[in-house]
Amino acid sequence: MNTPAIETFNLTRRFDDIVAVDNINIRINYGELFGLLGPNGAGKTTLINMLSTMITPSNGSAKVWGADITKQPSEVRKNIGMVFQGTTLDDRLTGKENLDLHGRLYGLPKQLRKQRIADVLELVELVDKADVIVKTYSGGMMRRLEIARGLMHHPKVLFLDEPTLGLDPQTRNHIWDYIRQLNKEKNVTILLTTHYMEEADHLCNRIAIIDFGQVKALDTPENLKNALGGDVIILTVETRELASRLLDLYNKNGSAGSVQQKDSSIFIAIKDGAGQIPHVLKIASDASINVLSVDLHRPTLDDVFLSYTGRAIREEETSSVDRITYNLQARRR
Amino acid sequence: MANHASGFSENIVIALNTVYTMWLREMLRFKRSKSRIIGSLATPMFFLVILGTAFNSSFEMRSGGQTNIGFLAPGIIGMTILFSSLIGGVSIIWDREFGFLKEILIAPVPRFFVALGKALGGVTTAMIQGTLIMLIAFVIGVEYQSYLGMAASVGVMLLIGLGFIGLGIALASQIESHEGFQMIMTFITMPVLLLSGAFFRIGDLPSWLKTLVYLDPLTYGIMALRYTLMGETETEIPIHICIAVLFLFAATTIGLGGYMFQKAKV
Repeated sequence: MNTPAIETFNLTRRFDDIVAVDNINIRINYGELFGLLGPNGAGKTTLINMLSTMITPSNGSAKVWGADITKQPSEVRKNIGMVFQGTTLDDRLTGKENLDLHGRLYGLPKQLRKQRIADVLELVELVDKADVIVKTYSGGMMRRLEIARGLMHHPKVLFLDEPTLGLDPQTRNHIWDYIRQLNKEKNVTILLTTHYMEEADHLCNRIAIIDFGQVKALDTPENLKNALGGDVIILTVETRELASRLLDLYNKNGSAGSVQQKDSSIFIAIKDGAGQIPHVLKIASDASINVLSVDLHRPTLDDVFLSYTGRAIREEETSSVDRITYNLQARRR
Repeated sequence: MANHASGFSENIVIALNTVYTMWLREMLRFKRSKSRIIGSLATPMFFLVILGTAFNSSFEMRSGGQTNIGFLAPGIIGMTILFSSLIGGVSIIWDREFGFLKEILIAPVPRFFVALGKALGGVTTAMIQGTLIMLIAFVIGVEYQSYLGMAASVGVMLLIGLGFIGLGIALASQIESHEGFQMIMTFITMPVLLLSGAFFRIGDLPSWLKTLVYLDPLTYGIMALRYTLMGETETEIPIHICIAVLFLFAATTIGLGGYMFQKAKV
């Protein structure tokens, strides 16, 4: 089929004076695991809420599984599953009752409902908690139950809004496994939002970096990282002076890449950083400069994000090393 | 878009299924909160026992009619239905607060029938509570006119409950926070209850007060309860007018509630 699972056409949403989603055009293919990456307030949730027909666009339109989000909202709803950011379970009911009500709302007949409840509980490993009141569940269990519920009616497209927000690392890995499994084995097209770099990096086939309601970049995680122009070698020596001398020697040697110094470290931005380390070390040892440490920094999505938006996704996490790495990489482009 | 014959019957199935699902949810919740339900019977019980005993011993109306515990019981039942059904409608605010509203609103079902199912669930709860109060009053010595009348009063409870739950849903669809909840309880329940003739005969009132009493839908509900439970001699408004007003009130507020709920924001 030629039509994509999701396609947006200049999709825009304004709240009073704020443009939360600004002329977004994306195509998500069948079976893709697509990530919307951006800081809080970037417009990811607004975008996903429009695609799931929870709010209407101010301008533009979109199609989900072939149905127009404003003209055929109930067609869209039949084909999608949604896991919202916060909990939307009825916490006075048991896990099973929550799933059963969901199945009824989506018109599943009794036998199928029973079967699906067993299936999805199995998938998220909550079989032994099925008859326990949801109020007593942990945060991770609730999220798993929400994912299970979103799958009850065999959605063609699953929306996950910050699926692992606030969960501990172990539970997060667990949920990542489910998401991958769903996508690979059940062939569910998945659109997730996240502000966790690793989540986008590990899970998604393609990523759209969203900032101020606009798509800043869209590609596979690999391509995005490669586009930054290679690795950075960080070499630390005993003193500032030695570092300056090493920098001069490196440049005089006509070596590739661009170099920058900070305190007693030099930063070399270069393709194939690992292969270049011996060359750099040789220059140092020839000049009898004692090297304290060598570090190889491969570009991460953080760097990608920084380079497209000019800031870190969570500002407080940008170290000075990141900033220099970024500056170097930016210069090379 | 379903615009042929089979689409029509399919839509009816979806509508009924939605109503049933929402009703079922309210029943499951009701089952889980027995202690809360019993607690909510405490207030009408106090009214019935304390006020009823006081009425029995100290009131003598100018018009000559007696106000005793038998007069009071239908009023207390009406009060129970009023509180329970308004809270049932307003509970949409909690559904919004705890997120479950999103789960309902994203389902491929018509929202009007979601609201209707929620209303029927809340009304069922209210009717159970009203019936319990009716039976408790019976046990402590209120003499009803007949068993048939007692059964008919449950039907009256349904009408009263639908009217006020519709009102609750309409209000809750507009109110975005639970702070508004207290406002509703104060500014609606108290005037509606006190003006309804639950605690006094409406025959001898000054005309300004009488006008307000006749504008209060609960007046007709309590009058109808008094008719079914205690007999015709206890009522000041003909029963068919009471039933007609209750029908109209219920249809209006359920329609309004369903309409407002369709417009509700998450």
